Amino acid sequence: MTDLIRLTDVEKNYTRGKEKISIFDKLTMRIEQGDFVAIMGPSGSGKTTLLNLLGGTDKADKGAIEFDGKRIDNLNEGQLTAWRAANVGFIFQFYNLMPILTAAQNVELPLLLTKLAPKKRRENVATALKIVGLEDRAKHRPREMSGGQQQRVAIARAIVSDPKLLLCDEPTGDLDRTTADEILGTLQVLNRDLGKTIIMVTHDAQAAKFAKRTLHLDKGRFEQAELAA
Amino acid sequence: MASLLNQIGAVTALNVRSIPQRGWMSVASVVAVALTIAVLLFFLALSNGLSQTVKGSGADDVAIIIREGSNAELNSVVTRDQLSILTTGPGVAQRQGRPSASGELLVIVDGVKRSTSTNANMPFRGIGAEGLALRRGVRITEGRMFNPGTNEIVVGAGLLREFSGFEFGKSIRLRGTTWQIVGVFEAPGTVFESELWADIAVTQSLFNRPNVYQTMRIQLSSPDAVKAFQDWAKTDARLNGLEVLSERAYYARQASQSSAGFMFIGLVLGIMMAIGALAGALNTMYSSVAARSAEIATLRIIGFSGWAAFFGTMVEALMLSAAGGALGILLAFVAFNGRTTSTLGAGFTQLVFQFQLSGGIVFAAIVMAIVIGLVGGFFPGIRAARQRPQLELAAQ
Ligand SMILES: Nc1ncnc2c1ncn2[C@@H]1O[C@H](COP(=O)(O)OP(=O)(O)OP(=O)(O)O)[C@@H](O)[C@H]1O
Ligand SMILES: [Mg+2]
Repeated sequence: MTDLIRLTDVEKNYTRGKEKISIFDKLTMRIEQGDFVAIMGPSGSGKTTLLNLLGGTDKADKGAIEFDGKRIDNLNEGQLTAWRAANVGFIFQFYNLMPILTAAQNVELPLLLTKLAPKKRRENVATALKIVGLEDRAKHRPREMSGGQQQRVAIARAIVSDPKLLLCDEPTGDLDRTTADEILGTLQVLNRDLGKTIIMVTHDAQAAKFAKRTLHLDKGRFEQAELAA
Repeated sequence: MASLLNQIGAVTALNVRSIPQRGWMSVASVVAVALTIAVLLFFLALSNGLSQTVKGSGADDVAIIIREGSNAELNSVVTRDQLSILTTGPGVAQRQGRPSASGELLVIVDGVKRSTSTNANMPFRGIGAEGLALRRGVRITEGRMFNPGTNEIVVGAGLLREFSGFEFGKSIRLRGTTWQIVGVFEAPGTVFESELWADIAVTQSLFNRPNVYQTMRIQLSSPDAVKAFQDWAKTDARLNGLEVLSERAYYARQASQSSAGFMFIGLVLGIMMAIGALAGALNTMYSSVAARSAEIATLRIIGFSGWAAFFGTMVEALMLSAAGGALGILLAFVAFNGRTTSTLGAGFTQLVFQFQLSGGIVFAAIVMAIVIGLVGGFFPGIRAARQRPQLELAAQ
């Protein structure tokens, strides 16, 4: 299998006042195309920071980040934005839907960044909603839906432009067990049937079981370095 | 490019549709802009109406002669001798064998403003036999012209509308003498409508100003004759110290003096209020950006550009200020455009005129509203565009 993501000697620091906080120091990891990885670890270990680096929403201070064989760490802000739109779907703990838009309008948002004609956009939206099992909720607004349904809309939004990579930060953190398992099942289907590479941050060991493998992050390092690399 | 327009359209629609969530704040900033625009329009329309009225009073083939350096008729003096010399100048029109000229004296009498019941200064003008003929726009609409040599008065329709005490048919006492109001005249859009007219000789004697004139009006054969008349007057030493102007030039000068004040007040107040409205707009838009920060972060993560966030904020601000501007202009048209008012004109007498909006004035108001919107959206827009697309920001 080919690597979709390769991090080499990545350094990431934050400055808080005069103090420099090192989050990652020479972090190296690889993720294969078609993998489904759960990342676990204590609060503050750098999980969200890692997702930001992988998704191009934050920049590393040193090191190389490759996606599909191309470096993304040297892209400028505008290029990175366009790269994200084309290659990464994001799924958030609190769904982050636009409250005044319907499910279909929410799902359509990423397609507004493409050259697709409105008719084609509508078709793709319908397909994405169908994949998550919400074709009959297209005209509903977020507040008219349950948490699980809202997260499904968010998943449809993440996959509608057919990105290779899905990044999920605590996607079931706000859901009860049954609903969480349904959502995780959907992610599994996306991974297995559509070949999406998924990286999911979670605190929940049950959730992690849905992934193909789990990495434990602590103080900016993976516990089983050989698994990550 | 098409994508950027799509993005801007989508973000703008999101902003605009979420305005109701910031309802009261948005309403307040619309009202602030509306009031600013209305106040600006109030003074500009006042200034314009005043200026139009004063300017409209003058003909360009009538020469007016005043003492050099007198800003107003009240402090000008032209002697009886100078008067007769002036009628011998070149190009003086003749009517029924006499030069068409009127020596005039303006005095102040008391009137009562109808709207406030307060005393106000009324201009009372003694005019010569030719005085009426010299003012072509003037028509007697009720009663008749005063008879020369009598204590009779005709009153301007504008003055009658705004002030009481000079109603048609009434006998009034001024300076210990009884006067009879025998007629009403109209002179639309001119300063004369705010005046009382009587015979010059009677005015001179009953107001105790024997043989004193302040101005002289002379009908010339054509507008071109004014220049020749001016040149001729300069060569005669007995006319030293007098200034000859076309009536139009005279009133144009007065107009710029009297309207400049209102224009100034309008601009100063307008700008001060605009700063207030701008602060309101900035506040509203900064809150809008703050309220939408998770939304903006989410859109940025999905791949929307900072430009889209910037323009979305900009357009929201412009829409609010445009709504305020439109409301302000509407308010101006409904509340005061075309309304008659009066103010102190030149020489501390009341001048009646109308608020008059013009295309240029409305344009100025629109520009001001747009500027408030642009500036009010610009800085919050930059903040929105700078919002970093990070996951933890989106999670709020
Ligand atoms: N923008 C920032 N500025 C300064 N410090 C930051 C910033 N973002 C994160 N940090 C710090 O970096 C460390 C890692 O944060 P991160 O959010 O990646 O942790 P996490 O593993 O996602 O934690 P949690 O499980 O609570 O979500 C924390 O100590 C955090 O305080
Ligand atoms: Mg986190």
